Amino acid sequence: MTGPFATQPGPVPVLVLGDVLLVTLQGDLHDTAAERLQQDITQRIASSPAPVGGVVIDISGVEIVDSFLGRILAEIAASARLLATRTVLAGMRPSVAITLVELGLTMPGLDTALDVERALSLLGHPSPAAPTTHPEEGA
Amino acid sequence: MQVAEHETALDVTRELSDFLERRREQIAQRWAEASLFRAVFTVSRDEAVEACKAVVDALAEVARGGRPEDLRAPGFDSVREQLGRMAASRAKAGYTPSQIAGEVAGLREPVTSLLRAEYDDPADPRAQANEIALTILIGTLRLVVMETTVDAGEELIARQRQQLLEVATPVIRLWDGVVAVPLIGTLDSARSQIVMESLLEAIVDQRARYAILDITGVPTVDSLVAQHLMKTVAAARLMGAECIVSGIRPAIAQTIVQLGIDLGTIITRAGLSDALAYALSQQGIVVSPRPAMGGNAR
Repeated sequence: MTGPFATQPGPVPVLVLGDVLLVTLQGDLHDTAAERLQQDITQRIASSPAPVGGVVIDISGVEIVDSFLGRILAEIAASARLLATRTVLAGMRPSVAITLVELGLTMPGLDTALDVERALSLLGHPSPAAPTTHPEEGA
Repeated sequence: MQVAEHETALDVTRELSDFLERRREQIAQRWAEASLFRAVFTVSRDEAVEACKAVVDALAEVARGGRPEDLRAPGFDSVREQLGRMAASRAKAGYTPSQIAGEVAGLREPVTSLLRAEYDDPADPRAQANEIALTILIGTLRLVVMETTVDAGEELIARQRQQLLEVATPVIRLWDGVVAVPLIGTLDSARSQIVMESLLEAIVDQRARYAILDITGVPTVDSLVAQHLMKTVAAARLMGAECIVSGIRPAIAQTIVQLGIDLGTIITRAGLSDALAYALSQQGIVVSPRPAMGGNAR
């Protein structure tokens, strides 16, 4: 029922860049939209003919991340990992980072990057530092 | 009965107020001799007399209001700032608050003698009532001075605390993509909050991949400080930067182990230089001496 321009309540678009899925979150993400995004991403990874190199979630346009969205993001990463795909969270704002830490959501199993460009380079040419030095507890 | 008592009390304070206004000039001249005013208004005696007059006027106004014991009387508002300045300059000269209070109390004597001279019979009940009202009034003045002194002190403490917060958390760009925060002094929650904010801002501004928290200047590390450190590290990681804690002195390392604090998820190095070396090597940067000094480096 959602038209092509129904941006507000509609689903979050998942772009395909080469072998990478790029999701850009803007503004407030509704709970149902977040759950739908989680399903979308896992389905795209599972049904993709070629193996998906990684998922980049750009949250630079998100001002507020509550515990629900934080959990959804962690779950997206966890389920993507089950499908052998890395998830990189890109462009988190300082205020959001502080809030998440205060909430106790440090997302140990998630890779992070300053912006989308770095996230892509992290997935494209994994430098020896990035994957090994992050403590991957949730794995 | 109650009403009558109240009426007479009002009469007394009004009479006192009239007296203060009538004798304004004389009181001011005498007060200008007192150490409190003389020490503050050193430049000219006239200035001291003017200041004294302002205080006398304020007292007269408070007395006219009928409540000489009221600390919040609007009559004091005009001189509050002046009294504050006087108290501050006395405090600066090394006087304790109680000494300043004593000096204010000393202002009563000259006025009392003038007041006594007003009445032929010292046993006159009106004279006594007036004297009591005057004593209360001066006592209130003393409280007002004390209050301004304390307020000025609190203001100073608040300002210095703010300055300390600002001074103590510089974020330094050590290399392209490497920022460092040298932490100095005790790390409480207010400071760690500011450290976290300024570090995250710097990570965005400098597009830093590595952030170094140097705790050489932190005297003690307990579980609370460790928790603050871990929070900062976690927040920096969420921003996509890797955090390194450096400057852990041997004694602190032992304390951390003895307290059973698990810093296992944090990259730690002994010194700031070790942390920088780690950050550089992770980025593939090699720092090596030239083959020959003064030779062809490149």
